[in-house]
Amino acid sequence: MAGLLTPLTTWRGRITALLLVLLGLLPWYAPWLDAAGIISQKFALTLMTRVLILAIAAVSLNLILGYGGMVSFGHAVYIGLGGYTVGIMAHHGVQDGFLQFPLAIGLSALLALAIGALSLRTRGVYFIMLTLAFAQLLYYVGVGLEAYGGDDGLTINRRSDFAGLLPTRGLDKIVAFYIVSFVVLVLVLWLVHRLVNARFGMALRGTKSNETRMQALGFATFHYRLAAFVIAGAICGLAGALLANHTEFISPAMMHWTRSGDLIVMVVLGGMGSLFGPLYGAIAFLLLEEFLPSLLRLVLTWLHGGISAVLGGAAIGTLDAWLRLAEYWQIALGTIMILVVLYARGGIDSLFGRPRHG
Amino acid sequence: MAETMLKVDSLVKRFGGLVATDSLSLDVRAGEVHALIGPNGAGKTTLIAQLSGFLQPDSGRITFDGRDITLLPAAARVRLGLSRSFQITSVLRDFTALDNVALAEQARQGHSFRFWRSARADRSLRAPGRAALEEVGLAHRADDPAASLSHGEQRQLEVAMAMACDPRLLLLDEPMAGMGPEESARMVDLLRRLRGRRTMLLIEHDMDAVFALADRITVLVYGRAIATGTPAEIRANEAVRTAYLGEAESG
Ligand SMILES: Nc1ncnc2c1ncn2[C@@H]1O[C@H](COP(=O)(O)OP(=O)(O)OP(=O)(O)O)[C@@H](O)[C@H]1O
Ligand SMILES: [Mg+2]
Repeated sequence: MAGLLTPLTTWRGRITALLLVLLGLLPWYAPWLDAAGIISQKFALTLMTRVLILAIAAVSLNLILGYGGMVSFGHAVYIGLGGYTVGIMAHHGVQDGFLQFPLAIGLSALLALAIGALSLRTRGVYFIMLTLAFAQLLYYVGVGLEAYGGDDGLTINRRSDFAGLLPTRGLDKIVAFYIVSFVVLVLVLWLVHRLVNARFGMALRGTKSNETRMQALGFATFHYRLAAFVIAGAICGLAGALLANHTEFISPAMMHWTRSGDLIVMVVLGGMGSLFGPLYGAIAFLLLEEFLPSLLRLVLTWLHGGISAVLGGAAIGTLDAWLRLAEYWQIALGTIMILVVLYARGGIDSLFGRPRHG
Repeated sequence: MAETMLKVDSLVKRFGGLVATDSLSLDVRAGEVHALIGPNGAGKTTLIAQLSGFLQPDSGRITFDGRDITLLPAAARVRLGLSRSFQITSVLRDFTALDNVALAEQARQGHSFRFWRSARADRSLRAPGRAALEEVGLAHRADDPAASLSHGEQRQLEVAMAMACDPRLLLLDEPMAGMGPEESARMVDLLRRLRGRRTMLLIEHDMDAVFALADRITVLVYGRAIATGTPAEIRANEAVRTAYLGEAESG
C-alpha cells in the first residue's frame, strides 16, 4: 500500500494515520469507553459502522465529483440498488454473500453505465438535473415495488452469509461487521488512490481541468468520464449492499434525493479531490447529525443557567423554551457547512496543511 | 512535387449571417511549412478549429492523407497525426508544466485505461515530457504549476504540448502571440529547426517570421483564400498587396 498515506513527517500524514488507527482499533477500545461510561460499545460500533459505509459511498462520489468534476446529484441511487439487490435476494432465500455482493456491484455498474451514457453528454446544470431525474425515477420504482414493501421498505431477516465466516448474532456480529466495513473502506481508498494516480486518473483529472485541451491532445474524454462514472457506481453499490446488511432493512428512502445531497455535502465538507476528504466529511457530517442536538442542549442549558444567575430567571424565559431552540439544530449544521465552504475551500482536508502537488 | 497531406475542399462555415469560412480550398504538402496569413477576423482560427475537429463545417470536405476526416471527432484526428496549438492559451492550469507535456505523451502512447501504475513515476512518460520542455526552453519550470508560469512561458508550454503529440501535421495558431522578443526569437529558431522534419500549417502575424519560415503562404481575407504561393510570389501579388500587406504596413 505504499504511497497511500502522505509521509508521516507531515501533519497531514500523521492525522490521517492516527484517524485510521483510531477507526481500525475501535472494536478493541470500545469496551473500555463503555466501562468508563462515555458511550455504549454497541452504540459506538453501530454508529461508526454506518459512518464507514457512507464514507465508502462518499469516496466513490469523490472519484467523479472531486477528481472528475461531475456533479452527480443522484449518487444514492446506487446505494439503493446495491441494498435492494441484497434485500430482494435475501427475501427469496438467497443468502449467499458471494452471490449477493457481486450482483449488487455488477448491477450498480450497469445502471451507472446507462445513466452515465445518457447524462454525460450534457454539462453543468443539465447534468445535475439528469442524474437527479434518473435517481428519482428509480426511487419511485422502489416505492412501486409492493411485493418488497413499497414505500415502507422490507426487513431483511438474515444477513449475507459468507460461507459461515461471519458471526450471526450478538455483539460478535456487530464487531465482525464493523471490521469488515473498515477493511472494505481501506481497500476502496487504496483502489481509488491507485486509480487517480495511474494514467486513467491523469486522463480523468486532466479532463476536469480542461476538457478541450485534453481532446486536442487526443484523449477521448467521454470514455474516461464514463468509465469513472461506472467505477464510482459500482463502489457505491457495494456500499449499498453493506448498508442493507448493517440496517437489516431496505426502503426507497435509501435512494431519496436528500441522501444524494448528503453524500455531496460529505465530499464538499471533507475536501473534494482529496483521497481522505470524503472520510473526514462522512465522520463530521454523521457525527454532527447525531450529536449536534444534544450538544446544543448542553450549551443552551449552560448559557441559560449563567444568564439567569445574572439577570434573574424571570427575565429570560424558562429553560424548556430555550431547549426548544435545539430543535433547529439543522440550522447550526447548515451554518457550519457554509463556514467550511467559505473559509476552508478545500474542506476539512485543507485544514491539515498543503497536499502534495497535483 | 511532394504529395498532398491535407486537402481542404470548398469549406464553408457560417456564424449567423457572417461567413467565416467562404468556400475555402487549400492544400498542405508533406514536409512543407505552409503559412496562413490574413487580417484580424479573416477566419484563420475558425479554419484551424474545423481542421482539428472542434467546429463542424456547414459544407465542404477535409481530407488528411487521402482519408475523409470531415466528421471525425477531435481526439481521433490527433491519433491520425494532426495536432494543434491554441491562439488563446489552453493549458491544464492546475497541473505542472511537466504533467502537461507528459499527458501529451500519454495520449500519444495509446489509450489510458491503465488503472494501477503511477503515471508520474512512469519514465516512459516523464522523459519525453522533459525533452519537450527542453525543446521550448521550459525545462527549468518543469515542476511548477502551469498557472504560475508567466504569460510568455504559458505560450511556450502551449506550443510544447502540441509538439509533444508528435503529429505529422502541426497546426500552430499564432505561436508567438504574446511572447516577449527573446521568447519569440527562440520559437522562430525552434520552428526553423523543425522545418523539413515536420509538416506545419502556421498562422502568424509577424511577417518577418512568416517570410523566413514558410515554403508557401496562403492569404485569407473574409474567409476566402485570395492567393497561395511562395513568399516571393505572395510579396509580388497585387491583390495581396492591396488587400493585406499594404494594410499591415500602414497599420
Ligand atoms: N463562435 C463564434 N460565433 C460567432 N462568430 C464567430 C465565432 N468564432 C469566430 N467568429 C467570427 O468569425 C470571424 C473569424 O474569426 P477568427 O477567430 O477565425 O479570425 P482570425 O483570422 O483567427 O482572427 P485573429 O487574427 O484576430 O485571430 C470573426 O468575425 C469572428 O468574430
Ligand atoms: Mg485567430
